[in-house]
Amino acid sequence: MTKILVTLSVISGLLLFLASGVLIRADTLEVASEPSPVFEGIQTPAPPLSPDYFPCTTCHEKGKTNNLRRQLTEDHTDIVFDHDAKNRWCLDCHAPLDRDKLHLASGELIDFDQSYRLCGQCHGPTYRDWKVGIHGKRIGMWNGQKNYFLCVHCHDPHSPSIKPIEPFPAPVKPVGKPFLFEARNR
Amino acid sequence: MKKENSNRRLSRRTFLRNSMQSAAAVAAGLCLPGVLAGCDTKVVEAFLQKHFLELSPSELNKVLRGLEKENLKKYGTSTVVSAKPAMPGVLFGYGLDLSRCIGCRRCVHACVKENNQSRDPAIQWIRVLEFPKEKGIDFSEANPYYCASGAGQLSDEQRDILAKPESQYPLYQQKETAQGADCKVPRPDHFYVPISCQQCENPPCVKVCPVNATWKEPDGIVVIDYNWCIGCRYCMAACPYGARHFNWAEPKLPAQDVNPDMHYLGNRPRYRGVVEKCTYCIQRTRNGRYPACVEICPVGARKFGNLLDPKSEIRSIMERKRVLILKNDLATKPKFYYFYGL
Repeated sequence: MTKILVTLSVISGLLLFLASGVLIRADTLEVASEPSPVFEGIQTPAPPLSPDYFPCTTCHEKGKTNNLRRQLTEDHTDIVFDHDAKNRWCLDCHAPLDRDKLHLASGELIDFDQSYRLCGQCHGPTYRDWKVGIHGKRIGMWNGQKNYFLCVHCHDPHSPSIKPIEPFPAPVKPVGKPFLFEARNR
Repeated sequence: MKKENSNRRLSRRTFLRNSMQSAAAVAAGLCLPGVLAGCDTKVVEAFLQKHFLELSPSELNKVLRGLEKENLKKYGTSTVVSAKPAMPGVLFGYGLDLSRCIGCRRCVHACVKENNQSRDPAIQWIRVLEFPKEKGIDFSEANPYYCASGAGQLSDEQRDILAKPESQYPLYQQKETAQGADCKVPRPDHFYVPISCQQCENPPCVKVCPVNATWKEPDGIVVIDYNWCIGCRYCMAACPYGARHFNWAEPKLPAQDVNPDMHYLGNRPRYRGVVEKCTYCIQRTRNGRYPACVEICPVGARKFGNLLDPKSEIRSIMERKRVLILKNDLATKPKFYYFYGL
């Protein structure tokens, strides 16, 4: 008897769960869950890490850190930090004790190739659009395997607004030969 | 009165007879000393070729292999000319994010490269218009010639990007060239609207063609049979988007720039005196690939997919974003959707 009750409650729980899932879908509100099934079969390319710096642990020893919020004066002075600089600094994203990783607000350590999860913590609507392919770029097949690009392929994580770039050549203005009457009048 | 009438009829008849005779004489003079013997058989075959839609599979195969042979002779590279039909259950739609486009014109040149357009005179299927923000989309304010200071030729760096679109990333570490120092896009207070064929569901260009050389395929792509086009350019007059382009001169395509992956209705080399236009890269999209402009766009403003698939990118755009089509009042029903991603 108890067995039946347990199975019944499990089934009803499952149904409720499914129903809530459907509701969430209908509202296009996607609750951040563990590695989303959307990513299955979709490759993200390797993150654009500078070989001059990566792996970071060649300099930054694991397990050691200076937590003091400060202006860097010796190294990494080339980094222009313009990403809510008033409220944030390096160790809000970079894991203090393992510099080869990033860390989420939850404390979970992630690799650089999952950095989109870090960005998605604040940029929710953009993250949602990126997952369905509205924001950002995809290459590959429109009906099959797609390659995503990471946020950091286009946006400098330290200064994310897109900077103006050089355009490709303009079309040639049509320059007509002189009209017949013009030629005659010459 | 009656006499005059009969006279006129007579004269008309004579005229017809004479013209028939002269036509026969011209034909004979050109290539009929013995029946079709002295004539280049390819010329005769091309002249007598049926309409694309009426070709039997074996005839079509013959035509395609003939085109490949012609390409080999002309460009010295082996090409594959396919005539792959539309996939069932597919209707192509295109999305362009106006809040992302920065007007960098990479799509224009990727398109030229992919679709074997004539380099001289330069034919470009995509035209990127620059608008001042304060005026909104007002075509009388559009400027396609912004940042035109350069030599108009692609630099080596730009060629590398076209050959390998992934090499543009990370976008913020692009090398600067001296050429581009004076003008960078997006320019302040301007926005950009790239325009190419809108692949109308109700295409005015198809309606006006007097010889049925252009038609809408089942997957929604408006195509042209370059062997059937007579070059009357009615379609260009009818198109409200300026999407069709005419080969006024013999198209010049350097042999090293030929894209060997060709489609009969798409990017095979064109002839002088025919009209051409965007085909959503028919040679790519019918094989499941994204169009070349989608793959080159550095900011991901270009989207492509199947309008009949509810899970496709283009459908999610139409459900979630503010979408607009150009010249809605003309009821051409474009399948090219501009939207605001922000």
